[in-house]
Amino acid sequence: MNTITILWLRQLKKYFRSKSRIIGSMGQPLLFLIALGFGFGPIYQKAGGGNYIDFLAPGIIAMSILFTAIFSGIEVIWDKQFGFLKETLVAPVSRYEIVLGRTLGGATVALFQGAIVFLISMLIGFSPNLVLLPFAIVFALLISLFFTALGTAIASMLDDMQGFQLIMNFLVMPVFFLSGALFPLTGLPSAIYSITLFDPLSYGVDGLRGTLGAVTQFGLLTDFTILGVMTVIALGIGSYLFSKIQV
Amino acid sequence: MYAIETKELTKKFGSLTAVDNISFQVKHGSIFAFLGPNGAGKSTTIKMLTTLLSPTSGMVTLNGFDVSKDSNEVRRNFGIVFQDPSLDDDLTAYENMELHAVLYKVPQNEIKERIEQLLNFVELWDRRDNLVKTFSGGMKRRLEIARGLLHHPKILFLDEPTIGLDPQTRNHIWSYLIKMNKEEGTTIFVTTHYMEEADKVADQIAIIDHGKIVAQGTSAELKEKTKTQSLEEAFIALTGHEIRHEEAAKGLHMRHWRSAARRGS
Repeated sequence: MNTITILWLRQLKKYFRSKSRIIGSMGQPLLFLIALGFGFGPIYQKAGGGNYIDFLAPGIIAMSILFTAIFSGIEVIWDKQFGFLKETLVAPVSRYEIVLGRTLGGATVALFQGAIVFLISMLIGFSPNLVLLPFAIVFALLISLFFTALGTAIASMLDDMQGFQLIMNFLVMPVFFLSGALFPLTGLPSAIYSITLFDPLSYGVDGLRGTLGAVTQFGLLTDFTILGVMTVIALGIGSYLFSKIQV
Repeated sequence: MYAIETKELTKKFGSLTAVDNISFQVKHGSIFAFLGPNGAGKSTTIKMLTTLLSPTSGMVTLNGFDVSKDSNEVRRNFGIVFQDPSLDDDLTAYENMELHAVLYKVPQNEIKERIEQLLNFVELWDRRDNLVKTFSGGMKRRLEIARGLLHHPKILFLDEPTIGLDPQTRNHIWSYLIKMNKEEGTTIFVTTHYMEEADKVADQIAIIDHGKIVAQGTSAELKEKTKTQSLEEAFIALTGHEIRHEEAAKGLHMRHWRSAARRGS
């Protein structure tokens, strides 16, 4: 076994051992799917949008990936506080290998979480087109990687969880609400629309939606290119900041 | 070439100078005790020696490799047992050991055997599949030490390794360390508050206080210098209350002067 594999495995073990985390992180997507899905469904239908659950489900899958991935990245802070990070930082391996193993582990966990929500949403009435499912998985993976890397980058610069609320309110929530996960981006005031174009999750949500059978806003190729490039950049920045950590 | 060498090593945190211009050498195969009261700068020094913290100024080399420039090469040369916990509580004892073995590239076919040997050594083999969060403080400490000994480094840093352990375990662990030192020539750099421990094992002792090295030499030399009978007395003579108060007052004075200067500007 090598460094990357064992650190990847560590993230998975920690996740699957924490039953409360798995169950807890299913609550929010479930609530959103039921409350919003059934709540706005009739209006959406009346407005000529079609089946709202089919529209909403990819957005909620993206949301659960976003939250899980950011949390996985932020775990670096916990490891800093509880000391385990030191153990990896003094080891005779490149810090890039360490951060890569951690990020892949976090992204795998987020992907798994997305898969659970995908199944739940099908129980609630989501009926996706499964022809392009492999491509949907690619988009889910890109979202997972991007936000784990982003969480890692942020956590590398922080020393404790004090700033966590700030990150939730001024980064994670806006990224979620302005991504078009809950509503179509067409017909938005142009100022708001411009903001959504700078939100990486917009392309992730759109990509998922497009591959799972609904209409895309930007086109799948655009979604893939922009999200792909952003993911590479985020991985670069996250790894760099992680490699500069001092404890 | 020395195993460890520092020249005018300094670390500042804002206006606080945690480590102030210290220079020392540690010979290959020796046991070097680095002593000092709490907050003297021991752990900060160890962090700089082990690439966790970069120095404000000065130089450190381990086996000739510069800590700031060749940090990857430096990391191949040492192992460390930290003062504060660094285990993953959500993994089992065995998994913590295994992770360390992989990070330190212990040959695949030796991993199982070595883990079993060392967990037996610290009497945790029966608990190998328990999560570390269920362990008592002493058990965690023992696991931490076993993990530090898993790969056989050329230089071993031990930051208060035996703190919180009973005399039996302390003796047990020290006899293992001394054997490693004798048979494999492992250089050991240790900080401890147990003076009799340092007296017994160390070839060289350096005493640090307020970030500065106040004395260096063998235990006998330190006793002679301070005209005391034991290392403990020598330690207190060198770092005792009178000196501390004077130094603290000076520090306070400095701080006043600095904030006055800041207000003035």
